[in-house]
Order: sequence, then C-alpha cells, then structure tokens
Amino acid sequence: MSETRVAPQPVSADRVHPTGLDLLVVPPRARSGWKVLPARVGAMCAVELQKLRHDRTELYTRAVQPALWLLIFGETFTRIKAIPTGGIPYIDYLAPGIIAQSAMFIAIFYGIMIIWERDAGILTKLLVTPTPRSALITGKAFAAGVKALIQAVVVVVIAALLGVAMTWDPLRLLGVAVAVVLGSAFFSCLSMTIAGIVLTRDRLMGIGQAITMPLFFGSNALYPLAVMPGWLQTISKINPLSYQVDALRGLLLGTPAHLALDYGVLVLAAALGILSASSLLGRLAR
Amino acid sequence: MTRNTTGGQDPAQDGSRAVANGGATDAADGWAVPTDGGKGAADGPAAPTGGGKGADGPAQAAATGTDAVTCAGLAYAFGETTAVDGLELSVHDGEVFGLLGPNGAGKTTAIRCITTLLPVPAGMVRVFGHDATRERMAVRRLLGYVPQQLSADSGLTGRENVELFARVFDVSRRERAARVDQALAAVDLSDAADRLAKTYSGGMVRRLELAQALVSAPRLLILDEPTIGLDPIARTSVWEHINAVRAATGMTVLVTTHYMDEADQYCDRVALMHRGRVRALGTPDELRTGLGARRGATNNGELPTLEDVFRDIAGSGLDDQSGDFSDVRNTRRTATRVG
Repeated sequence: MSETRVAPQPVSADRVHPTGLDLLVVPPRARSGWKVLPARVGAMCAVELQKLRHDRTELYTRAVQPALWLLIFGETFTRIKAIPTGGIPYIDYLAPGIIAQSAMFIAIFYGIMIIWERDAGILTKLLVTPTPRSALITGKAFAAGVKALIQAVVVVVIAALLGVAMTWDPLRLLGVAVAVVLGSAFFSCLSMTIAGIVLTRDRLMGIGQAITMPLFFGSNALYPLAVMPGWLQTISKINPLSYQVDALRGLLLGTPAHLALDYGVLVLAAALGILSASSLLGRLAR
Repeated sequence: MTRNTTGGQDPAQDGSRAVANGGATDAADGWAVPTDGGKGAADGPAAPTGGGKGADGPAQAAATGTDAVTCAGLAYAFGETTAVDGLELSVHDGEVFGLLGPNGAGKTTAIRCITTLLPVPAGMVRVFGHDATRERMAVRRLLGYVPQQLSADSGLTGRENVELFARVFDVSRRERAARVDQALAAVDLSDAADRLAKTYSGGMVRRLELAQALVSAPRLLILDEPTIGLDPIARTSVWEHINAVRAATGMTVLVTTHYMDEADQYCDRVALMHRGRVRALGTPDELRTGLGARRGATNNGELPTLEDVFRDIAGSGLDDQSGDFSDVRNTRRTATRVG
C-alpha cells in the first residue's frame, strides 16, 4: 500500500502542463446587483439554443400538431363559416391562436425538464453556483420562451404557406415575439410551480395533460369571447392565453386588440409565475 | 466498546474550539488524532502540495486561522430520520480530506449542508470563514461541486457544458474561451471537447464535471463519491486529474467515498463517519497504526488496513440499528431525491 501511494503523484503532475492552468487559479470577478439576472438569463437561453442546434427533432415533431390544426380544423371551419370572426377568413383568425397554443404546449411541459435536470444532478449543481433561485427560474422561463419563439416561427411559416395574410412589419413581429416569450415564461413557470409541488415526472405529465386542453379551449384561441357561455367567458378572462392570443391577433392581423392590457397581464402573470416557481424550487432541490 | 459512544460534544461550542475539542474527545477514547491543526496533514504520504497557491495556502490558513470548512454541532434530520447528528469537522486549507462512512452515515447530507443546498437547522457551517446560511452566495463562489450522479448535460458538447459554468460564475466574455480551454485541458478532454456529452464514457463524464467545477477557480472542490460506478482504470484516471489540478492550483479538496483504498491512497486526512457523527479522524496512517496499537500483535505484525479501521468503527453499529432495511431504503430514497 504505502509504495503504491506515492506513485500517482509525479505521473499526474507532468500531465497538466501543456496549456498551463494559470487562469484556473484566478477566480472570475463577480457580477453584482442587477447585472446577475440578465447574465443568468443569457446563460440559460444560450444552453437552450445550443441544445436545439444539436437536436432539431423536437422542433419538427412539434410542428406537426399546429400544422394539422391549421390544415384540418382551420380549412374546414373556414368553409363552414360557423364562427363569427369579424369578416376575416377563419384560418386567418385561427393562426394566432395556434401560434399561442403551440408555444404554450412547449412551455407547459418545461417543468418535466426541471425534474429531469433535478434527477440528473444538473439542477443541484446549478444551485451551488452564485445564482439566486429567482434568477435561475427567470433564466429557465426565458429559455422556455426562446424555445417557444423558435417554434412560433415554424408555425408562422406554416400559416404563411397556407395563405394566411399576416403582417410582415418588423415592429409588429417584434411585438409578437415579446408576447410569445412572456406567455411561455408564464406557462413554463406554471409548469415549474406544479413540478415543485408534485415532484415527480409522471404526476407532472398527468397534470400537464389535464390542464393544457382546458387552457386552450377556455381561451379565445379558437373562437371569440362573445360566443362563449358566461361561465366560460369568466374563465377565459382570467386565462393569460387569451391575452396572448388577443395581442398576437391584433399585431399579426390588425384586428382590434387591447395591447396595453394584454402586455400588462402577460408581464404580471410572468412575474407571479417566476415568484411562485422560485419559492417552490427548494422543494425540488431537497 | 466505549469508543462507539464518542459523540456527546457540546453542540453549542464555537468553530475554532470545536476542532480541538472534537480531537481531544476522540483521543481520549483511544483514537489517533492529529490535534496540531495547521498543515500537519501535509506530512501525510500523498501530500506534496506543489506549486501555485498551494505554497502559501498553509501560511495563510495559519495567519488567519481560517479552515476551508468548519462544521460545529451540525445536525440535520429528514423527518424522523436523523442523518447528521452533531457533526464536528474541520478541513484545513490545501489538504485532500476524505469523508468516509457506510451508507446512511450522513456524508451526503453533510456535504449538502456545506454546499448550501440544504439549510443548516442546527449548528454552524463555515466555508473559509463564510457562514453557509447567511452568506450563501459568497460560499458558492468559493465552491466547485461534483455531485454523486453523473450530472453533465448529455444534450450539450463537453465545451458547452463547461461554458455554462463559466457563464454562471461570471467569467467575462473576453476570458471565457481561454478559461474553458484550460479547464478542458486540465482533465484531458481537449480532443473530445466538441463531441456531445452523451457520447462520453463514465470516466470522461466525471472528468468533464471536474472541468465544470474547475472553470470558476474554486478554492474548495467538493466531490461526492467521485468514482462511484467507474471501472478501476477510470477511477485512477479521475484521481490523477484531481491530484494534478490540486498540485497546480493548491485548492482544498473535500471528498466522500466508500472506497477505502482510494481514501488511503489519495487523502491527506480522513474522517470516518457513522450515524451522523465523526467517529475517527486522522491521516490514514495514523488511523491504521492507532488500530494496530490497540489490537496489539494479534495481526502477525501486519498493519491493519483502513478497511479494518472502518469495520472496527461501523461494525457493531451495522448489526443493530443503522444497517436495517428501512434505513438503507431511506438512504436510497435520499439518493434518489438527490438525483
């Protein structure tokens, strides 16, 4: 024993030097105060983009469902003309709703990723970095937003191919991007909040399945508020998805919208989501 | 077997006293314990602290009296199960310290308290003088942490994995690429850096995690079972890289392990934990000679191994409560929860 013990040291000491390790002795200068948050958000978004670059499968498979919605549901209901759309073809009316829906679907299962990262030890390790929990959740929320945004671009392209007349005004498109990111931030935080409560992937999967459809149908994504029964209107009015759809519709199609209210609600919802998800993150880490 | 009832130290004692006191109590029970503090450990077999910061590390520690880690009266319970029960521990600046113990001894829980992952409900934990509950961010900036499970993100390349940690430790954009390169080179992953981590072998993932921890130039590297599940060659390789990096940077290493041979070979000092407390503390040599002396010449003059020491301490305990089924299950559940 005592002979072997000495051996590894000199061998390994030689190995180190090809590039030197001088930087690994100097701790990086710490960011402080408000600068931490955008830096962490940037880091999380960068990871999300890198992952999408390595594996685009999800991007393609997730494009199938919105394409079918537009193609089958959209085309059919355009012919039936059963839903009052204020004079525009139904498929046009539907497109912003489907953009919002596909973004929401991505975000609502984001909590599963948090649980997976917890199980894999990735989350644990991130929690031992100088990253406040709220900054970590904000980073994750915006990373979900970035992912959803790329998905939204795919749906916009599909809609354009199906002949939906949308605006190409860059300022309006920027507004669309902001609305998609904010909405996804909220829904991913909702998902991460539930993850913090139920703690396992299976349960979260079930709850995710259970709430996505009600959120979708209980919004103005498929039909205007006016045709809903009173109780559904109430649900729709507290559903952030409705405000997201309203903003997207207004920006993309030029229909009357309440942009200030929409963005106000989306910002507030995202902030509340971040708050609740970060307060429950500790349960996941334990 | 009175030595198994070592505990009973006053949990309210302050940090600096705790070290000496813990030592004294152990010594009174017949354990070989170095109470000289400072760098007594450097004389240990595997501790030629060479180069870089390592040279002035001990001097600093002596001057400021700051240990890398100090735990005093640390206690933590998961519901009914007491995981850590009045832990007294001090890890000196610059040493490789091994925390050993059977399943459920409380090693991982202690580590999670030190890394700020768990709150400190009772007692005190300090990392280089920073309180682990009140100065979390300061503590985290000093830490490099490699958890038990293989935790690199399989959907990213090796380089991207390290880059993420450079980013969250505020490495400036200007310095990022160079620093990431050095961290990858330090663990011999430069050639594989641009492959996805899912193509890595277990040993490579471990080294990648080491690079992730190193990129922020931590003063304290915490490794929880770093070689668990690895083949012998990968184990040796991981340890060689840990040692090489430590020699070059002078960082303190706190490691938990089940493998007594590794502890014997690579640790300056070890603490044997059992049922939430440190039951023995010293250099591997001291522990082995200590047991040898107490056993007398029963062993044909051969020195007992660290495993004998381990068995001597945990032995009686494993028979009765601590090894029972529910305890193991709890440990496993904890381990699952951890990831």
